[in-house]
Amino acid sequence: MAFDLDSYLGVHAAALKLHERRTQLLATNLANADTPGYKAQDLDFRSALNAATAPAATAGQLTTTRSSTAAANSISLPGDGATGAGSTEAFLKYRTPLAPSLDGNTVDAQLEQSAFAENAVRYQATLSFLSSRFRSLMTAITGQ
Amino acid sequence: MSSFKIFDIAGSGMSAQSVRLNTVASNLANAESVSGDPNTAYRARHPVFEAVRASVAAGQKNDPGAAVRVSGIVESEKAPEARYEPGNPLANAEGYIYAPNVNVVEEMVDMISASRAYQNNVEVMNTSKELLLATLRLGQ
Repeated sequence: MAFDLDSYLGVHAAALKLHERRTQLLATNLANADTPGYKAQDLDFRSALNAATAPAATAGQLTTTRSSTAAANSISLPGDGATGAGSTEAFLKYRTPLAPSLDGNTVDAQLEQSAFAENAVRYQATLSFLSSRFRSLMTAITGQ
Repeated sequence: MSSFKIFDIAGSGMSAQSVRLNTVASNLANAESVSGDPNTAYRARHPVFEAVRASVAAGQKNDPGAAVRVSGIVESEKAPEARYEPGNPLANAEGYIYAPNVNVVEEMVDMISASRAYQNNVEVMNTSKELLLATLRLGQ
């Protein structure tokens, strides 16, 4: 039986990508904190992660059964950059401003800062999960 | 690699805020640059920020990142303040000089706001850098 690194890493590989994308979004919000008319955006993380991990399971089942290779090929793998990025596009949500400003900007710097800090910690948590997976793998390979 | 776009975004924010700090410095430096003619009096300058969708520039639809840029510098429309100072060598025939329409308090507030926004962008860049370095060390 072939070893599947993607399924071994579980949800964490997809989560790392989404965290990175969210970092980019929050950086955008903070950079545009004074841009008139700019609307702050954030990622619906739960739905995005669900969508990123769901096709992986289907693709895995299809490749083991090999009933229809065409269907298996059409399903996007989570590692596929273009479709992975495209799927997050659907989960971008605009923030509901607590106190909208007159220039139409909806960035709340404090809220964005706290979201950024939280996201950074979660990114590091995902990193350490991945890192421990790799360490276990190394232990299994070297037998030490 | 999309991770490095964060540096572009935070960098564009820092550059925009430093333009804002520059205009504040210019306004404060010229707060007392009087003139004999209201048309030539110094007028307070302010930058106008604009979000740039990176996706439009790069032709990628999926990219959520948007940098910021200064789309222009506008001069305040407020009328310059007329002061009656017949002794001033710059005074016009009626004895008036025209002081710039710079509001020093507003400029100071703008300066603090710009420097805080700049610091925010620096923090974003630092944090992203640390996360990326940690990612590079993954599995070691």
